[in-house]
Amino acid sequence: MQSIVSINNLSKIYDNNFQALKNINLDIRKNEIFALLGPNGAGKTTLISIICGIVNPTVGKVLVNEYDIIKDYRKTRSQIGLVPQELTLEQFEIVYNNVAYTRGLYGKVPNPDLIEKLLKDLSLWDKKDSKINELSGGMKRRVLIAKALSHEPSVLFLDEPSSGVDVELRQDMWKIIENLRDTGVTIILTTHYIEEAEAIADRVAVINNGEMIIVDDTENLIKSMGQKTLTIDLHEMINILPESLDQYDLEIMNNGLSINYRYDTQSKQTGITSLLQDMKESGLKLKDLKTEQSSLENIFVELVRENS
Amino acid sequence: MNFYAIRAIYFHEMDRMRRTIFQSILSPVISTSLYFIVFGSVIGGMIPQIDGVSYGSFIVPGLLMLTLLTQSISNSAFGIFFPKFTGSVYEVLAAPISSIEIIIGFVGASASKSLIVGVIILFTASFFVELQIQYPLLMLFLLILTCLTFSLFGFLIGLLSDNFEQLQVVPLIIITPLVFLGGSLYTIEMLPEFWQKVSYFNPVVYLINGMRWSFYGASDINIFISIVSLIGFLVACIVGVAIVISKGYGIKN
Repeated sequence: MQSIVSINNLSKIYDNNFQALKNINLDIRKNEIFALLGPNGAGKTTLISIICGIVNPTVGKVLVNEYDIIKDYRKTRSQIGLVPQELTLEQFEIVYNNVAYTRGLYGKVPNPDLIEKLLKDLSLWDKKDSKINELSGGMKRRVLIAKALSHEPSVLFLDEPSSGVDVELRQDMWKIIENLRDTGVTIILTTHYIEEAEAIADRVAVINNGEMIIVDDTENLIKSMGQKTLTIDLHEMINILPESLDQYDLEIMNNGLSINYRYDTQSKQTGITSLLQDMKESGLKLKDLKTEQSSLENIFVELVRENS
Repeated sequence: MNFYAIRAIYFHEMDRMRRTIFQSILSPVISTSLYFIVFGSVIGGMIPQIDGVSYGSFIVPGLLMLTLLTQSISNSAFGIFFPKFTGSVYEVLAAPISSIEIIIGFVGASASKSLIVGVIILFTASFFVELQIQYPLLMLFLLILTCLTFSLFGFLIGLLSDNFEQLQVVPLIIITPLVFLGGSLYTIEMLPEFWQKVSYFNPVVYLINGMRWSFYGASDINIFISIVSLIGFLVACIVGVAIVISKGYGIKN
């Protein structure tokens, strides 16, 4: 699939000698929702700040739609919209002017119809004459999205879009992101909310200490790295496991009324059949069975722990 | 050239002036008017003429310069520092705008604000003191050049400042004393010989005397030296701002 953002051997060392990015290589595909995961200070914001032109790279090359972000900065930046992590808005300016200002900065002819549509789509039209400091946090974030879309970008960066917003607004945000993708926009979001990436991202990259640990389709990542847990509920409480079950990775749960068995979904033999057979032979009476897929969160924690 | 971006920045900054009209316009006009009333009308009547001009009229160019210099610096420094402080500078940096377009937008707006204040001050002065301008075109030229030059200087200060204290240091600790000691309220000839020589090291002396010459055709310094000094400082500011902004000091690192 065609890349819209291509990052090659990118590194960033700040003036205080802190190395925020270490030799990053990454291709982001056209019209995908791409999630950049990582703990605080991993280098997510630095990476998107470089692509957007806010921070100068130390080494490396970034192409947006095959244009270089340094040499052809006018062409690359005009294609990019950025929703920053912080609610950085001109507090005493009204909503409409704030959005129109951004469109002007991108060299676009004033287009009141487009701004009206954006504000209506983001449920901000009735607040168009309100000053920013009169809005709630969620509304301010939507103003930032309206600003980022005011020049009709083909690539939209959202830096921690759900940071500090409630569950309802977060789900609204996800709907907005998915609608944008339907209009042909490529979405790149940074987040440390794993469920956010799991819910909406086509692909996921995990970054830690400035290094890219893994890049993969969200589903593949969960499938290939995921483990499943089989929970076996028992009729009678047990304190210790029978010796005949020592060979299995078992854990007593629920005050001795359940046993958890972790197994690899990718292995040829999961060991479930023999486990159940051995349990029967050891005299344990089964009441119920259920399985659970490990989440992206478990994978993320595992990856970051291994890398640290 | 991204004209829409320049226009957006320019009007965004001018809009700030509209929102803060008391601070941007009325405050400098009122404080300068107080000088005209006290030193021009009240005390000025008791002071003999200087170079054939009443004392009240004599101080107009100096006080005009004092306001232009401090307003240009603070308008421009605040204009770029405030978005840096709030973080909203990201959208200027992320937009397809060249450094020169950013400078034209911010500095143009700052110079325009100072020019508006300067014209209002001149108009106000005419109510309190007898005002005559022998070379109005030269006066306008110096007015615009001063506003542009010191707006650029202020922009440089705003780019390099990390906090509000640094933002205020240059206008309050350097510019204001230099203007007061630069012959805004007296001629250099009134000073003892030693202090006259010291005064010639004060760059503001050349600016005030240039402006005074455009009003009354007389000053301590040759008008051409004044103009060359001002243009020299303008070039130094352009070079300074170009280096700082192209390297990204204070905003991109």
